[in-house]
Order: sequence, then C-alpha cells, then structure tokens
Amino acid sequence: MTQTLTLTWTTVCLLDRLEPDRGVAALVDGVQIALFRTADELFAIDNRDPVSGAYVLSRGIVGSRGGVPTVASPLHKQVYDLRSGHCLDLPGVAVARHDARCRNGLVEVRLRQEG
Amino acid sequence: MSGGELVVIGNGMVGQRFVDALRARDPHGNWRVTVLAEEGRPAYDRVRLSAYFDGVSEGELNLHTPHDGVRLRLGEPATAIDRDRQVVTTAVGEYRYDALVFATGSYAFVPPVAGTELPGVFVYRTLDDLAAIRAYARGRRVGAVIGGGLLGLEAANALRLLGLSTDVVEFAPRLMPVQVDQAGGAMLRRYVDELGVRTHLGVATTAIRSGPDGGVAALELSDGTALDAELVVVAAGIRPRDQLARDAGLPLGPRGGVLVDATCRTADERIWAVGECAAVEGTCHGLVAPGYATAEVVADRLVGGAATFPGADTATKLKLLGVDVASFGDAHGTTEGCLDVTFTDPATRVYAKLVLSDDAHTLLGGVLVGDASAYPTLRASVGGPLPAAPLALLAPDGGGADAGALPAAAQVCSCNAVTRGDVDAAIADGCADVPALKACTRAGTSCGSCVPMLKQLLDAAGVAQSSALCEHFDVSRRELFEIVRVRGIRTFSRLVAEHGRGRGCDICKPVVASILASLGSGHVLDGEQASLQDTNDHFLANLQRDGSYSVVPRIPGGEITPEKLIVIGEVARDFQLYTKITGGQRIDLFGARVEQLPQIWRRLVDAGFESGHAYGKALRTVKSCVGETWCRYGVQDSVGLAVALELRYRGLRAPHKLKSAVSGCARECAEARSKDFGIIATETGWNLYVGGNGGFRPRHADLFATDLSTEALIRMIDRFLIYYIRTADRLQRTAGWIEAMDGGLDHLRSVIVDDSLGLCEDLDAAMAHHVSSYSDEWRDVLDDPDRLRRYTSFVNAPDVPDPSITFTRERGQLVPLRDQSPTGSEPTNGHRRQPVTLGLPEVRR
Repeated sequence: MTQTLTLTWTTVCLLDRLEPDRGVAALVDGVQIALFRTADELFAIDNRDPVSGAYVLSRGIVGSRGGVPTVASPLHKQVYDLRSGHCLDLPGVAVARHDARCRNGLVEVRLRQEG
Repeated sequence: MSGGELVVIGNGMVGQRFVDALRARDPHGNWRVTVLAEEGRPAYDRVRLSAYFDGVSEGELNLHTPHDGVRLRLGEPATAIDRDRQVVTTAVGEYRYDALVFATGSYAFVPPVAGTELPGVFVYRTLDDLAAIRAYARGRRVGAVIGGGLLGLEAANALRLLGLSTDVVEFAPRLMPVQVDQAGGAMLRRYVDELGVRTHLGVATTAIRSGPDGGVAALELSDGTALDAELVVVAAGIRPRDQLARDAGLPLGPRGGVLVDATCRTADERIWAVGECAAVEGTCHGLVAPGYATAEVVADRLVGGAATFPGADTATKLKLLGVDVASFGDAHGTTEGCLDVTFTDPATRVYAKLVLSDDAHTLLGGVLVGDASAYPTLRASVGGPLPAAPLALLAPDGGGADAGALPAAAQVCSCNAVTRGDVDAAIADGCADVPALKACTRAGTSCGSCVPMLKQLLDAAGVAQSSALCEHFDVSRRELFEIVRVRGIRTFSRLVAEHGRGRGCDICKPVVASILASLGSGHVLDGEQASLQDTNDHFLANLQRDGSYSVVPRIPGGEITPEKLIVIGEVARDFQLYTKITGGQRIDLFGARVEQLPQIWRRLVDAGFESGHAYGKALRTVKSCVGETWCRYGVQDSVGLAVALELRYRGLRAPHKLKSAVSGCARECAEARSKDFGIIATETGWNLYVGGNGGFRPRHADLFATDLSTEALIRMIDRFLIYYIRTADRLQRTAGWIEAMDGGLDHLRSVIVDDSLGLCEDLDAAMAHHVSSYSDEWRDVLDDPDRLRRYTSFVNAPDVPDPSITFTRERGQLVPLRDQSPTGSEPTNGHRRQPVTLGLPEVRR
C-alpha cells in the first residue's frame, strides 16, 4: 500500500490542546499520527503499534529512559525512543517518525516516508 | 521384584505419601495398588489436626490424591494376613499380594487406670475423635488433659478454644519432656499459665470418677488431690499398631512395632513397613518426617532401587498455644563431654540452648522456646561447624543465624529433603526468587519454616532483588508511599525532582498515580495526575486488543433490578457492544470507541449506574451467593453484606486489583477463598479469609479470624486493606504481600488485631476518609468539559471515527475483525488464527 508523501506542514491543533507528557491522535493526509508534548519538545510518530497492529501509541505513557524521551505502548508496554522511533526493548522494531513544530501557538506536523 | 499386586494396609499420612512416591517412580503402573483403610475418609493431615478447632474444615486437611491404578477401600480394615497364600483378609473379601506394606500407624496409649471407659473420656487421634470432643464439650465448663507432651498441649488448646476451663496432668516434672529440657519446660509453663491453663507436674492420674449422670466428673491424682473434669482427653503417648504383624508371626521390635531393617523390609521378603508402625532396626519413630523417609525408601526398593533409611531427623518446630517451641539434634545433651550454651530472658520470655561438641566447634542439638526464628539455620547446621558465634546465634532476632554460612550438604528443607546444594544449583539455573525456588526444588512447600533461609540463600548467591522501583526512583513502592504520605507531596514533578531523577516512565508514573489516589488527592484525571495514568485509568475504561475499550458498570454484590438490566441491554444494543457476563457477577460491554465512552456513560449514569473500576488497580467486585434470604442452606445474609462491602470500598485504589466475595454458608458457592478477602458465614457470624487469588498462581485464602460480628469484620477488613495499600510492593497482590511479610499471617494479625505497631487508629481514619470522600469518577467526568476533552478520536478530526476499528459478526454479536490493518503490514507478533475444523474455534499458530 502506498502512502502520500507530504512535504508541507499541516496545522493540527493549538499547542494548549496538548497536555504535557501526554499524547493525542491526529489524522494527517489519511495517516494516523501520535503527537506528544514533553516539557520542552514536540514529537510525532505513527499511531500504529507495530507489535500488535492496533492504533494506540498516542495513549501510551510518556517518560524517559537514560535521558532519552520515550513512550510505552499501552498494550504490552514496549518502549519507543520518541526521537528516532526505535523500539528500545525489541531490536529491529521501529515506528515511523514525523516532524512536529510549534508556530504561533499552533502545532504543525509534516509526514516523513522513511522509518 | 518390580511389579504385580501391591496391598497397602493403612491410608494415614505416611501410607498416602508412600502411594504418591510409588506412583511417581512407577509411571507405567507396573504395580497394581490396593489400599485398605480403616477410617471412612481418605488420608488427612494429622499434624494439623488441631486446626480443626480453629475453623479449618475437613476438606482443607485432606491429603488424598487419586492415582490411576490405585484402588482405595475406605472403611475396610485388614483383619488377617496369610503369608503362605500371600493373601490379606478383610470383612469383605481377600486380596492377594506380591508385595505388602504395613502403614497401620499408631493408636493412642490409654494408661491402665479405672474409669477410662466412662462417657466423656476421649483420645486425640482422628477427626472422628475431635468431632466427638466438640459435640460432648457443648454446655460443659471444665475439662482436663492427661499428658503434658506435644499432643497433650494441643488437646489443652483445643479444650480452651471450646470454652472449657482446662487442667493438664503430666507425670514428668516438666511439660513436653521428650522435646525440651527442664529450663525450656519452665519457660513454656509460664506461657501456658498465662493462657489460664493449669498444669500439674510430677503427678499421675490414679482414677477417673463418674458423676451422678454416669459421665466423667473428676480425676484423682497420685498426690491425693482431685480435679473437677466433665470431659477428659487422654494424650499419654502412642503405641505402634502391630497386632496384625504379630498375628502373622512377624518379628517385632523390642518396644513393639513391625521389625524392619534399614531397607524397611521385614523378615518376610514380600512384606515391608512404613511410618509409625515400623520399628526400623528396632526403633519406632513417632514423627512424620522419618515416616516420610521410610515411605520413600520402600517406594524406591519396589522399583528396584537401593535406598536405605537415612536415620531419623527428630527435629521439631511447632507453635503450641501460640508459643514457638523447637527442638533438634541432641536436645538433651546426651553426647559424652558435650557443652551447653544457654540463653534465658525472663523479660521477653525466651529460652534457648545449644548443645556443642566437647571442642565447642560442632553443633549437636538445641532447644528453643518463645522464639524459634533461628531454628531453620540451626537445624540445618547440626553435625557441622557453627554458622556463627553461639551468642549471635541465640540473639532473640536470630540475626546471627544466616543460611549463607551453611555447607552444601546441610538440609535446608527437611520436609522434602532439599539440601543447600540443591538450592544453590537451582539458583545457578536461574531461579531468582522464592516462588521459583519452591517450584523448582519443592523446598518450603510443606511446613514453610525454611522460606526465610531460601531468601538468605538468594542473598548469599548475589541475586537479591533490588527494591528500587525503576531507574527514576531508588526506593520501593512502600517507601515512596511513606514519602508521599508524610511529606504531603501531591505532584509527580515535585516527587521526582526531590526524591528521584529523570522524567518518569510507565512503571513509576502509574505507581505514583495510584499512591496519590489512595491518599485521596482529588479526581484521577485532574491536573498533572491525568498524565500519570495508564491508558485504562486515563479513559476510565479497559483497552482491548484492537484499540477499542470495554465498559463495566458496578453491580454491587451481583444484585440487579430488571429495570437496570434492561438499561444495560438497551445501551449495548444502541451502541452495538459485544456483551458478556464476567466472572465477578457483572456485565462487560466491549467494542466502544473512545469518543463513544461519554455517551455510553451518560446513559448509564442517568439510570443510576456508577463506575465499576474494572479499569483500575482498585476494588473490583464483591461476589456473593444468594444467602439465607432464599437459599435453604444459607445461615447469613451474604448478598446484603456483599453489597455493603462493595459500596464501602468502591473506588479504593491499591497496588493491584482487589477482589472479594461473600458466601452465606460453608458450601462456599461464592468462591470467597479465591479472593483477596473472602467472607464465609457461620451460624454465629462471619469467618474472614485473606490472601487468596485465582490467576497465574492460584492460591486459597487463609483463615484470618472466626465468628466475627459484622462491625468487627468491617473494622478488620478496613485495616487489612489500608495496611496492604500502604506497605505492598508494586503489582503485589495480597497473597504475595502476606507471603513476603516477616512473620506472615501471624504478624499481620498482630498488627491489625492486637495493634502491635500502634497503627490501627491511623488505619481506621484513613478508611473513614476514603468512605466519606468517595464520589463516582464517571459522573464527575460527565459534569466537566475539561475532563471530557480527552474523549476524541483525532484532535484535528473529532468527527471521524478511528477507521482501524472494524468488526465482524460471531455468534450473533460484533467482534474485532482480525489482521486487517489499513497499512497492510503484518503486526510483528506474527500470530495468525487458523481453522482447526468446521464449527469449532480457531487456534493461533
């Protein structure tokens, strides 16, 4: 199945809509994105948990492991590096990561195809 | 000889153990086994016989395991043996044998004094004896026990529990003369005095006199005095039951018993003897451990092995009248030239003695009264070098007795013959905690007294479990709870800044969320607390495998009106939810998308439903049977109590989920003993059981208190729950919490019944706060737009339902459509469902 390659930024929501250290799901060009806000950064990854196939990563607990910002799958608790999308518990497993930024109080996402 | 017809005479503890041991070694059933039992019930735990008076049922004492190829003939004692024809005779028929095993045990010795045949005079040997004592004690006030040994003191406690004022008469100058020395006996007597049991030492009973009703009324003693006694228990020792062997012309031991050699075989090569009836090389052993050893020897020999009797371990540790008493090795110091080290503390009422070799290097034996915590290590050290300096070993907390100093050959678990070497090997193979060691080696699975040593051996091997919660907190959940409680910290950010490091994770955040909720810190979705919650608590619903949620309204006690049942049905129909009855007498509605949850709950709350907290580590359900309101066997209102308990404890957050049940009679239809706290009705009140669970490691709850009033019961449960919430580890259920507690159930009882830590007032206040501040979480969400905001499918497309949640139909309801993800890529767990055969479920391959 092919996926649209988007090079433009899509406005998703107000920054205030995001709770610190918690995620939300967003729909960007038909792709389910998990969007997270930590104390000082925004992260976007695929919402699909690659282990179970369910679209749930936005509902995981945000935290850190050895200084790396992370989210844990709410289904079976595998932990992912929010910066790279790599699973820290299962070698070779990863989720696609996307670009996220804040402009004038608005959160914007740009899809990436790699990862 | 390795097969044929095997007849076992007797189905006591050792007879049963023998059959179990043989079956384990003879998997193909080469031996066809017939067991002839005199009693009408199969083997039960005679060591714990007295527990019958503490409310433990006959079923719980049962030791019988059915095996293929073993017939058990209950109530059919052997009457004769014809060794020429190889036949055992009973009242019913004859049984031919290729091998015959005596497991006839002992009988109670009754001294030859006048009056032992009077109504009201009993022995203390079988469940029938105990049932007869209980029945006769009704309405009587004064009892007496002849014999101040182990069994006599057990019997005295039984009479005390039956409400009788009790005297004990012992011919020797001290109590428990076989196990303890004079000073130990004196210490023991101080405890016994305090319980109101009167002891008469160094006197014999010369006659038992009847009263006007023909029943027993008094004992006459050799010092010329007399004692009032409306019920008398004779516990003056046991004698081997060897009459059958005697009649069959087999040689007996010098003091009776079926004479066998070190292979447990009699002079007749087809006949063996095990347990208390066997005089092994001339000596009978009246304890279960040597009995089990003989059972193993004969089982081994019957399959061609070469086992011999390893010598009797006469070590005993018991709790008599609430006092720990232990005796091991050469307790009386009969070895030539041996040295004693003794320790007596009248203030704490502890007595301890070690018997050492003449060079003071080798431990030979010892006696402990009042505190037996050093027993497991000391017993295992007998015959070897002292594991520490004598005074350190005898220190009241047993702190000097560390199992890490034991040699590999020392027996750690005498019940199951497990050495330190066996335990170390299991640890080297990867056993990292006590439950794993128990499963792997069987150590600690019988009497449990060696469990502290197993922990010490894990420590010694360097596999001590760190108590740190995760990389963000170096302390355990219990310590974190105290920090939060005492310092009044109410946010995670402050807690991690002051007492941890980093940003937290999926381990510590839910723990802190649970602690804050247990301490009553407002709604679980308010402020920073919301970000700490696991997804279930974040949406107040249960996440399912496809990303949808399930909904469980509270149905207290499983009692529901038809009107409310109809509402659930209508909600399920209107939202097309898969509907299933749960094991906890509730109804689970599956397949709800996040944005549907508030709509579903609006309908449920309007109809009077509340959150069932199925999503939380919290009280789930208090199951009940229908009770005396309807049931012809019920003795109390079990539904009424279940509803009251569920309403009292609803919403209480804990280290793990909490389940409960109430049964209206001893038939236990509510399965209360599989719950964290279970209640079973009695004629006069409630029995409380704690620490049960189903699940991965099923465990029956232990009896905690008996015949409680409803008020006393609730006070007890209040304290139990708050103490658990404050002190358990993360995800530790009540069973593991009690098992890991120093002193176990006894300690728990001392804390919440006797208030030994002075905590009870505080525990009661904490529960009172919970009860008064409870409010339904779902109603509070529906009333608050901020809390409702999270229930959207997509932050930028709230009107689009999650397209990945799709259903198919199975047996008339909607269920998740599997493995049809829009991106088309396989989930990495790779499970596929494959059809097995038409019309039956598919299995994962």
